[in-house]
Amino acid sequence: MVQERTLPPSQAPTVPISPEQGLMLYEDMILGRSFEDKCAEMYYRGKMFGFVHLYNGQEAVSTGVIKSLRADDYVCSTYRDHVHALSAGVPANNVMAELFGKETGCSRGRGGSMHLFSSEHNLLGGFAFIGEGIPVALGAAFQSRYRKDALGDPTADQVTACFFGDGTSNNGQFFECLNMAALWKLPILFVVENNKWAIGMAHERATSQPEIYKKASVFGMPGVEVDGMDVMAVRAVAQEAVARARAGAGPTLIECLTYRFRGHSLADPDELRSKAEKEAWLARDPIKRFEAYLLKHNLTDEATLKAMRDRIQTSIDDALTFAEDSPEPSPDDLRKYIFAED
Amino acid sequence: MAETLLFNALREAIDEEMGRDDTVFVLGEDVGVYGGSYKVTKDLYEKYGELRVLDTPIAENSFTGMAVGAAMTGLRPIIEGMNMGFLLLAFNQIANNAGMLRYTSGGNYKIPMVIRGPGGVGRQLGAEHSQRLEAYFQAVPGLKIVACSTPYNAKGLLKAAIRDNNPVLFFEHVLLYNLKEDLPNHEYVVPLDQAEIVRSGKDVTLLTYSRMRHHVMQAVKGLEKKGIDPEVIDLISLKPLDFETIGASIQKTHRVIIVEECMKTGGIGAEIIASINDRYFDELDAPVVRLSSQDIPTPYNGKLETLTIVQPKQIEAAVENMVALKV
Repeated sequence: MVQERTLPPSQAPTVPISPEQGLMLYEDMILGRSFEDKCAEMYYRGKMFGFVHLYNGQEAVSTGVIKSLRADDYVCSTYRDHVHALSAGVPANNVMAELFGKETGCSRGRGGSMHLFSSEHNLLGGFAFIGEGIPVALGAAFQSRYRKDALGDPTADQVTACFFGDGTSNNGQFFECLNMAALWKLPILFVVENNKWAIGMAHERATSQPEIYKKASVFGMPGVEVDGMDVMAVRAVAQEAVARARAGAGPTLIECLTYRFRGHSLADPDELRSKAEKEAWLARDPIKRFEAYLLKHNLTDEATLKAMRDRIQTSIDDALTFAEDSPEPSPDDLRKYIFAED
Repeated sequence: MAETLLFNALREAIDEEMGRDDTVFVLGEDVGVYGGSYKVTKDLYEKYGELRVLDTPIAENSFTGMAVGAAMTGLRPIIEGMNMGFLLLAFNQIANNAGMLRYTSGGNYKIPMVIRGPGGVGRQLGAEHSQRLEAYFQAVPGLKIVACSTPYNAKGLLKAAIRDNNPVLFFEHVLLYNLKEDLPNHEYVVPLDQAEIVRSGKDVTLLTYSRMRHHVMQAVKGLEKKGIDPEVIDLISLKPLDFETIGASIQKTHRVIIVEECMKTGGIGAEIIASINDRYFDELDAPVVRLSSQDIPTPYNGKLETLTIVQPKQIEAAVENMVALKV
């Protein structure tokens, strides 16, 4: 019997949702899952290149956090960024086109899977190295406070959500930025997606304190652990953290206990994780769990959910067509975007 | 006109730009209450407050990344590297994020930021505080690299760097902060991308930057007495290089000596020689010579340190040798 670090369901606080909110969250999770499944298919068929890190299994985190934000809030991601981008509102067409290296991609084909950006959607990236996105997210949060307190703009109450993994929580930038965020009471959520594995390095083998949320206490910052397979639980802690941040009360560290259903990247043979461990987590699939929640609370019915899944699948197919039909960047533009032109 | 020390010229530039644009802010170690390790931000904390002159913890990589994030979202940060050598700790954020992010984002974001501070070999500061990072960073796409050398150009260039919409690495020299010069009372900006012809001449082109400009000018005094007429160009912009000015000079003198403070291997001069060979090989009457620092960690001992960097007498001798070979 594998002993997994999970939280009992009763411990997860939830706030009631309307049927519309329930379907919105479900749609976002299905979008993420279907998009990633299509990526895997395209990669294995040789149509997509580079390192591709899929998000399957972690959807409750992206949806639970990002759908608790406003459109003018900021999102900062890692190399596992497709689904964060989708939750942040970047159209699937433009994410898929980016993975195909097309001019219509959200980074105009220059970035690729690990470098998704959209200034329109306040998506700060897409950071491929461990930890480097955390200070960038901190900068966006500092900017909100600067506008509010140095420039006296009362509307500057934007919050930044910064995502990273368990492996990153052993990196200096994690500690340095937690310190500065707490010191300056910056409006930021540090969201750790603890999926237990940094490629082949098991979390317990990499850290002297596996309970990452406890590291917040050193900085006098609230640290929360939450069942990362339960979108309602993630949403509840995210909403509380967002409210705190927006009110000027500072940052929160949220550790989401989650699991990736695929290897680190599509190039990872995934030989180290045991069958028993994978099965234990697959049984906790966040999408199936949320379906059950919606049905149990009479927020929807099976036919509505199926119709939504079909509609999302169609939109993913459309995104694929859009990506394949889109033009490549022009060779004449090889040197474009090195410098700002103005 | 007002006689101004170089560090005060920089301070005036920052003060004027902060007054002109309230998105401009300074961050770094001891920039606020302490006023900067070389007093470049003296009294600005009192004037602009703790958010606009932000004292950071000693966390170079993270506060540099923070500046990138602030720049992406519309502010114009000026990072002070207490000593530019410390920014080796921020190499990733400067290279991957400040330098490359505009490109990898397909133009989604601009990174208008300045990273400035004292570089170069000082007086017996030891190897780690005697770095010349310009050579290390020159390969990074998307960065502009500028070196100031006089109070006049320091002020005008820093103002231009702050207004530029790209990341600018701005090198000051630890031994030049107390240079004095009469500065205009009116506002002025010096373009970032133009080399400065310090002395017009016909016999040989001396390309230099930062403190070595002053070593070169010392050498020129001796050369003038010997009837030699060198042209001295302060590169100002180390990336991109101003080949319009460099090329025009080569077409006049057909001889080039580069005098630099960075190490010879992989230095600024190495890049200049390669580019001159690409563009002006047919114009040359002699191989380009470079006088660089020794490829060694800068020693603490004063005599050894002096031997490590190029001295005016060596410059004089190199010019004489080259001119003696004149065909």
